[in-house]
Amino acid sequence: MAPRKTERILNLTICLLVSGRYLPKSRIREAVEGYHNLSDAAFERTFERDKDELRSLGVPIEVGSFDPIFDDEPGYRILSSEFALPAIDLDAEEAAVVGVAARVWRHASMAESTRSAIAKLRAAGVEPDASQLASLEPSVQASEPGFEVLWNAVLDRARVSFTYRDGSPRTLEAWGLTSFKGRWYVIGRDVDRAATRMFKLSRMTDLPRRVSRPGSYEVPADLDLRRLARSLAPREPTETAVLAIRAGKAPALARRGKPTTSDVKLPAGFAVYAVGFGDLHSAAEEITQYAADVVVLEPAELRELVVRGLTAVAESVAAA
Amino acid sequence: MTSRAQVRRLLSLVPYLREHDGVAMTDVAAAFGINVKTLREDLSVLWMCGMPGLTPGDLIDIDMDAVDGEGVIHLSNADYLTRPLRLSADEALALVLALRTLREIAGPGKREAVDRALKKLEAAAGNLPATDQATVAVTAARDDIQARVNDGLQRRKRLDLTYDVASRAETTRRMVDPLRVFVLDGYGYLEAWCYNAGGLRTFRLDRIAGVEVTAIDAATHEVELKDLSKGWFEALKDAPLVTLELQPSATWIAEYYPTEAITTRSDGGLIVSLHVTDPAWLRSLLLRLQGGAQVLSPPGAGDSAAEAAQEALDQYAVLLGAAAR
Repeated sequence: MAPRKTERILNLTICLLVSGRYLPKSRIREAVEGYHNLSDAAFERTFERDKDELRSLGVPIEVGSFDPIFDDEPGYRILSSEFALPAIDLDAEEAAVVGVAARVWRHASMAESTRSAIAKLRAAGVEPDASQLASLEPSVQASEPGFEVLWNAVLDRARVSFTYRDGSPRTLEAWGLTSFKGRWYVIGRDVDRAATRMFKLSRMTDLPRRVSRPGSYEVPADLDLRRLARSLAPREPTETAVLAIRAGKAPALARRGKPTTSDVKLPAGFAVYAVGFGDLHSAAEEITQYAADVVVLEPAELRELVVRGLTAVAESVAAA
Repeated sequence: MTSRAQVRRLLSLVPYLREHDGVAMTDVAAAFGINVKTLREDLSVLWMCGMPGLTPGDLIDIDMDAVDGEGVIHLSNADYLTRPLRLSADEALALVLALRTLREIAGPGKREAVDRALKKLEAAAGNLPATDQATVAVTAARDDIQARVNDGLQRRKRLDLTYDVASRAETTRRMVDPLRVFVLDGYGYLEAWCYNAGGLRTFRLDRIAGVEVTAIDAATHEVELKDLSKGWFEALKDAPLVTLELQPSATWIAEYYPTEAITTRSDGGLIVSLHVTDPAWLRSLLLRLQGGAQVLSPPGAGDSAAEAAQEALDQYAVLLGAAAR
């Protein structure tokens, strides 16, 4: 029955688009053939559902009075000025980058939304051609199961509930989604805690559920997701370590550091650097991976963590 | 196919066909990302739609003989659908995010084109929820390096690359023919034919320390690029599988690296499998986890990490003596 339904909804759209004035439900029922063989109750239900579906696609159905004197029955209309995509004129280069954008999303419904957006641009006269940029392949993944629910909740401003990894139930007014290192985070107001919070989607232990109607809250006007996303990045260096690095090894560390000197007598081929770090444990993990190519000279607490880590690796693997 | 998706498509198809009179079915199908059979079904639906009353004069007119004969479409009598529907919030945001991701790996000229396109799209999208409600961060190269990599890619020139190999903990210099720049899981990569390795190699853009575009034309290489559509795990599926037992402190790697076959232990630890292309990468991962991961299989895969750790401990003992303990 899908084609019949599509037909009915399309005919409803055309009917509301061409009338130019508010049409009462009774008139719409006569005008749209798909409503003819329905009982009163079935018509009411079907009409409501069709209207919701069109609105979910972004079709601006306005409700108003069709009769200036007897305004007791609401009427419906679609203004073509509100319906139509404004003129958009992209040059060949701009159209080419839009063509590349068509293949970015690795997520079924997001890919469908992008495809639909580009279909509209084509219908508006844009001719995307990505062939000249064939060697560029940007992609965005969203493999977390909760992504789609949260994406729609953000767009609709509908509250969601979910369980986080620590077992706590959360209710969130989601303001936005941000992807960092390929993982999605949702940012918003935690309703029970009355505070701004950020949650990693992969750490939700169930599927988020909608618990309010659309439009239930306002997103702060000064929302700055980029700034919040940056706060996820590694902390700025606040401490300095003195490291001996074997020539040509651990380039990421050496490049970050400044050459310095040490009293410790080092084997040939080592140079000493002062390297900034933010968090002691993260620094210890990073340095441990270089094993004998990096020696921590100072501070002692960092060296202890590295030596402890090396000891654990030497023992744990041997035990297996 | 849901009717919602079909309605959405038909509202774009009508103005498109009005603009492209006599267009081939195959071209339309390609432009809309559907097959010809679906397009034929779309036309059958459109044929039954039109102005209230639906008398022959009210219906959208499609020349079905031309559709089924020459495979071209002539559509008329739909003057009320000359423009597509404006962009919905999800369409606008999905497209804007896709463009912003492309921007992160585009060369300077293309980056300006992306910015101009974004500006025009945001203007056309009009009164929508702010497109700042979703962001994607991409770790890519410094601007000057990005510019040269893209220049080499576009003009098909060999690149002289200085690259930090994380797993070998050293900087290497190599000649490569650039084939593709891609983004996967938030990082930008250059995929290239590497003359030093004699094969296809992938380089993380943020680890390229320097690059020069040479005057040498890139050669043609008969290689199959990675299939990125299913993510890293699939792209790496030909590499050997290693199974690790992770302490709770090390479980973060299941979120950061493509892993599968996850079993949760009662203490919060995990057992995971991952594809390892380079044994040196596994060695540095095991060291970094500081004993939080143990290799379950294949036997001996963790030995080089243990040996490296022991070597480092011996060196500490020699250099710093008791102070190191």
